[in-house]
Amino acid sequence: MSDPREEWQQAYDATTLREGPFDTMSGVPVDAVYGNAPYPGQYPYTRGLFAAGYRSRLWTMRMFAGFGTAEDTNARFKELLRAGGGGLSTAFDMPTLMGRDSDHEWALGEVGHCGVAVDTLADMEDLFADINLGSVSTSMTINGPAIMIMAMYIAVGEKTGVDRSALAGTIQNDILKEYQAQKEYIFPPRPSMRLITDMMKFTSAEMPKWHPVSISGYHIREAGSTAAQELAFTLSNGFAYVEAALAAGLDIDDFAPRLSFFFNSHSDFFEEIGKFRAARRIWARWMKERYGATSERSMRLKFHTQTAGVSLTAQQAEINIGRVAIQALAGALGGTQSLHTDAYDEAMALPTEDAARIALRTQQIVAHETGVTNVVDPLGGAPYVEWMTDEMERQAEEIFAHLLDIGNDSILEGAYAGIDNGYYMGEIADAAYRFEREVNSGQRIIVGVNDFTEGDDGQRNLLRIGAEVEEYQLKRLADVKQRRNSDAVTASLTRLASEAADPEVNLMPTMIEAVKEFATEGEIVATLEGVFGTYVEKAVI
Amino acid sequence: MSEPQLRVVLAKLGFDGHDRGIKIVARILRDAGMEVIYLGLRQSYLNVVNAVEQEDADAVGLSMHNASHMTLAPKMVEALAAAGLDVPVIVGGIVPDEDVTELLEKGVAVVLGPGASAEQVAISVRDAVAAKA
Repeated sequence: MSDPREEWQQAYDATTLREGPFDTMSGVPVDAVYGNAPYPGQYPYTRGLFAAGYRSRLWTMRMFAGFGTAEDTNARFKELLRAGGGGLSTAFDMPTLMGRDSDHEWALGEVGHCGVAVDTLADMEDLFADINLGSVSTSMTINGPAIMIMAMYIAVGEKTGVDRSALAGTIQNDILKEYQAQKEYIFPPRPSMRLITDMMKFTSAEMPKWHPVSISGYHIREAGSTAAQELAFTLSNGFAYVEAALAAGLDIDDFAPRLSFFFNSHSDFFEEIGKFRAARRIWARWMKERYGATSERSMRLKFHTQTAGVSLTAQQAEINIGRVAIQALAGALGGTQSLHTDAYDEAMALPTEDAARIALRTQQIVAHETGVTNVVDPLGGAPYVEWMTDEMERQAEEIFAHLLDIGNDSILEGAYAGIDNGYYMGEIADAAYRFEREVNSGQRIIVGVNDFTEGDDGQRNLLRIGAEVEEYQLKRLADVKQRRNSDAVTASLTRLASEAADPEVNLMPTMIEAVKEFATEGEIVATLEGVFGTYVEKAVI
Repeated sequence: MSEPQLRVVLAKLGFDGHDRGIKIVARILRDAGMEVIYLGLRQSYLNVVNAVEQEDADAVGLSMHNASHMTLAPKMVEALAAAGLDVPVIVGGIVPDEDVTELLEKGVAVVLGPGASAEQVAISVRDAVAAKA
C-alpha cells in the first residue's frame, strides 16, 4: 500500500469523528479533504498533523486568564470551565514572572495587575481550589521561574491526591525568547538552559502528559518581528532546546513529542496561514533529517495560537472584535491545536468579563458556524497559499543558515551568540520601526488609528485592579512566612544552593521539597542567583 | 543649527519589559535631531537621576505598559525634584484617559497615549522642555 490517497483514507477511517453532519449550511455534503498529496497526517504535515483534522476534534478553546488574587483567578477559571472552555490558562503578575515576591520594592503597584500573584505554595493552592487537576489541562505562562511554579503545581497535585503522572498541561518555560523579545529573564542563558533540561528530563521520566516547554513566537511577534522572523526565531529556539536535551543525554523520540509551540495570529490573513503551514513542514524536516527522529510524534509540530494583542487599537475598541475574528479564522485554517482569542478592550487594560466572553464566543462562531472545520486544510493547493507557505519556509531557512554560521554549526550556540551580540533584538527593533514608519506616514492603514477615525466616543469601561489586592497579598505572604517552619525552609534552600552548583544533579526533586516547606519564589530565586548570577541586558536602540 | 540639540534620557522603570514602544520613540527622537540616552530595562529612580545629572539631560521619557504608571511616574518626578533637577518627565505607553489628569497634577509634564504620531512625540518633548525654560 503506497498510494497516499489510500493511506490517507485508511487513517481517516480509523479515526473517531465528532458528531456531524459534515455538510454545508445548505445541506451539500463535503469531503474531508480535497487536493493533492501529501495529505493531512502525512509527512511533512504541511496540510495538518492528522488525517481527519477538526472532524476528529475541534481545537481547544483555551482562554488566558489571571488577575488579582489567586482566589479572584480561581473564580474566573471556574467561570470559563462552565462557559465551555476546555482548558485553563494562567497569567501571572509581573513580580511573579520576574521571580520576586509581592513585598519586593519594585512590586509596588504591580501586584495582581497583569495576572495572578503567586509567592508561595499557599497561593497556588488557592488558585486551583476545587478544581480537579486530574481532569483539566493547565497551561502556565511563566519562564524565568518556571521550575518553581512547576514544582508548586506538582505539590498541589500531591496534596489533593493527584499523582504527578496524571497532571496534564504545559508550562511555557521558553527562556530563549525572553532574552530575544519578552525580557522576563532572571539568570544568564546557560544556567537557565540547565533548569530547562532538568525539567525536560524530569517530565520525560515522570510526567507523560506534561509539556515542559512551549516554544513561543507570540512575544517575538508582539515585540515587532515580521511573520517570517517569528517563524524562524521560534523554530530555531526549538532546535536549540532539542540540541540541549540531546547533549544532556535524552533520546530524541522520548522528549520531542512533548515540545509544543505557541504562535501569534496577526491580521495579514494569508501570510499567517502560510506561516502555520510552513512551521509544520520545517519542524518535521529538521527533526527527521537533522536530529534523527524516527517517531512521527517527534516530527509533528503542535501549536497554540493567540490573536495579536499588538493589533488591538485603543481607538474605537469595539472594532477589535472584527480583527480578532479574522485572526482566529487564520488560526483555524492554519490548523491550530488550541486558540486564545483576545478581548476587544485589551489594548488599554486586562479584559472585562463581558469582553472575554465575546472573545470566546467569537471562536465558537468560527468553530460551529463557518463550516471551515468540515474540511482539513481547505486552502491546501491554492496557488497563493502554497507560494506563501514556500516563501515563509525560504525566509526561515535563511535565518537558520545565519544562526548555524554564527554558532559554528550549532543552532544552540548560534542562539547564545545571537542573544549576546544583539542580533535578535536588532532585527526585531528594525522590523518594528519600519512598521511604525509605514503607519505614521499613512502608507499602511490601521482602521480607527490613521484613517476612518470618526466614531470614537472615547468611552472605555476598563477593568481596574484595586490597591486592596496588593494589601491582601502582602498580608497573605506575611502570614505564610509566620506559620511555616523556617528552619526547614533554610535547610531546603541550602540544599538547593549546593545542588545548583553541581550541574549533574537534577534540581526538580529538591525544588518540590522547598516549595512544600513554603519557601517563597523570591527566596528560591535569590538562592539560585547566588550560584547562577543575574542577567543584565545591554541596552541597544 | 539654530536650535541647541536636546538631550533626552529614556528608561523603563520597575519590572515592565515591554520595550517595543520605547525603542521606537528613541529612534523617532533621534530622527528628529535629539540626542537619546536609552538606559534600558529595570532602571531605578536613582539610575535615572544620575543619568540626567551626568548627561546634562533636558528631559526624561518613561514608557509604561503594566498599569503601574500611577505608582512609578510620580515617584520619578519626586526623585528628580529631590535631586534639584528641573527637567520634564514625559510618560508614554498604556495610560487610561482618566489617569492622565492625576498624573499631570502630580508633576508629569506630558502623557502620550497609543496613536500619538512621531511628529506629536517630538513636538511634545520640545514643548515640555521649552515650558521648563
